[in-house]
Amino acid sequence: MRRYAYAVPYWLWIALFVIAPIILIVYYSFFDIEGRFSLVNYETFFTPVYLRMTVNSFWYAFLITACSLLIAYPTAYLLTKTKHKQLWLLLIILPTWVNLLLKAYAFLGLFGTYGAVNALLEAIGIGTKQLLFTDFSFVFVSVYIFIPFMILPIFNALEKLNHSLIDAARDLGASEWTTFRRVIFPLTLDGVKAGCQAVFIPSLSLFMLTRLIAGNRVITLGTAVEQHFLVTQNWGMGATIAVFLMIAMAGIMAITGNKKWGVRQ
Amino acid sequence: MKVARLYLAFVFFVLYMPIFYLIYYSFNSGGTMHHFESFTLDWYKDVFDDTRLLVIVLHTVIVALLSSSLATIIGVLGAIAIYYAKHRWKQTLLTLNNILIVSPDVIIGASFLILFTIAGIQLGFTSVLLSHIAFSIPIVVLMVLPKLQEMSPTLIDAARDLGANEWNVLTKVVLPYVTPGIFAGFFMALTYSLDDFAVTFFVTGNGFSTLSVEIYSRARQGISLSVNALSTLLFLFTLLLVVVYYIITQRTSAKGGQK
Repeated sequence: MRRYAYAVPYWLWIALFVIAPIILIVYYSFFDIEGRFSLVNYETFFTPVYLRMTVNSFWYAFLITACSLLIAYPTAYLLTKTKHKQLWLLLIILPTWVNLLLKAYAFLGLFGTYGAVNALLEAIGIGTKQLLFTDFSFVFVSVYIFIPFMILPIFNALEKLNHSLIDAARDLGASEWTTFRRVIFPLTLDGVKAGCQAVFIPSLSLFMLTRLIAGNRVITLGTAVEQHFLVTQNWGMGATIAVFLMIAMAGIMAITGNKKWGVRQ
Repeated sequence: MKVARLYLAFVFFVLYMPIFYLIYYSFNSGGTMHHFESFTLDWYKDVFDDTRLLVIVLHTVIVALLSSSLATIIGVLGAIAIYYAKHRWKQTLLTLNNILIVSPDVIIGASFLILFTIAGIQLGFTSVLLSHIAFSIPIVVLMVLPKLQEMSPTLIDAARDLGANEWNVLTKVVLPYVTPGIFAGFFMALTYSLDDFAVTFFVTGNGFSTLSVEIYSRARQGISLSVNALSTLLFLFTLLLVVVYYIITQRTSAKGGQK
């Protein structure tokens, strides 16, 4: 045991910042707004208001993940074909280093009534549209923000792919599409899963974008947690929603698997 | 092939457009983000005249540097502990380690808020710093651990055979070998800290603010071009960080030989 003494700060971190917070969230979910022990929060959660919010959150998270995947996979695939691919990959990652808030803020200008996108729509004859504070802008900006996190694991999976397998499929007479469907895609599934995990979970709980871009039109579970903790001060209800978010998260982790982090077998 | 080029070009265009849009309008004397009147540097002057903002920038940088340094130290020790742990513990430890990485920010923020309130820690600098250290540790572990696993155990055996004690093994063999991982972890922690909004927003209290929180409250009030000017400066700073990071990793991997 003495050998592990150097890692005491790390054990403390696990106890205080990993285990304790989970217990505290669960504990608080059993208290109503007056601080009495009750199950009222769970009752409230199963009313139509919160159930609809949950369904909505999942629907938006699903949309965001699906759109990201549809755009990211071809991008990652084409990136592996370029010369200087590491440089291009770096350029994909670079925007993630720009503060999230600034990117959201940029879209306030771009999507504004007189913004660049509307000017473009006007020029091609479609005319000015209300872009900001719509579901479209919410999904678009979310995809914009998350897409590098989808491209990166898929790119890595494609890079690891053994090229002779593709050649073998070709030699055996598979068409390009068959090669992709039967060889390339299944072999990069781990990357796809990792990407989906990296996009789906954060998009379930976005709250800053719903306020800035969607103008409170979209209320996700994340927005509700923030609302209860920081505005209405109903910590019990906020904790209850957080409990369900954690359950959802664990479920997603179980489905997509976390081999990515794992120790090598 | 042409379609492929076009597709990639389009993705890159969309990826960079908002950033350059912000930068472009930071030079607009018109005060809006849609009609460019004439070139001005007034908004930059505004940023540098705004003492409150400069103090916030300073706070953000201090929190980022302190939290990523401390997180790196704790994370490296943690990675070594996981590396030496028995096999059946390894998986449990890794799962615990990764909880904070996959947790949504709001949950981390909310649970830390409860934790600090119960522990009686005043919301402000301390709570923000502690939270940043907390969510950076697992990233450092994930950056260092693969390097440790890559290392051949015979290196340690050889060092022991040649009479090295535990401390020597750690400082002369293990740490030099995993240095690229440590740097990568440190930089990741730094960017996580600089970029974090949601967790900080929960635990920041009234008196203390970081850049992200400040930008959020300014953006909620609408468009102000000094935010654009600030974002240009931040973008340049980020670029500088990336270049430094790139040079360091290139150099360390070059020193490492084959890789």
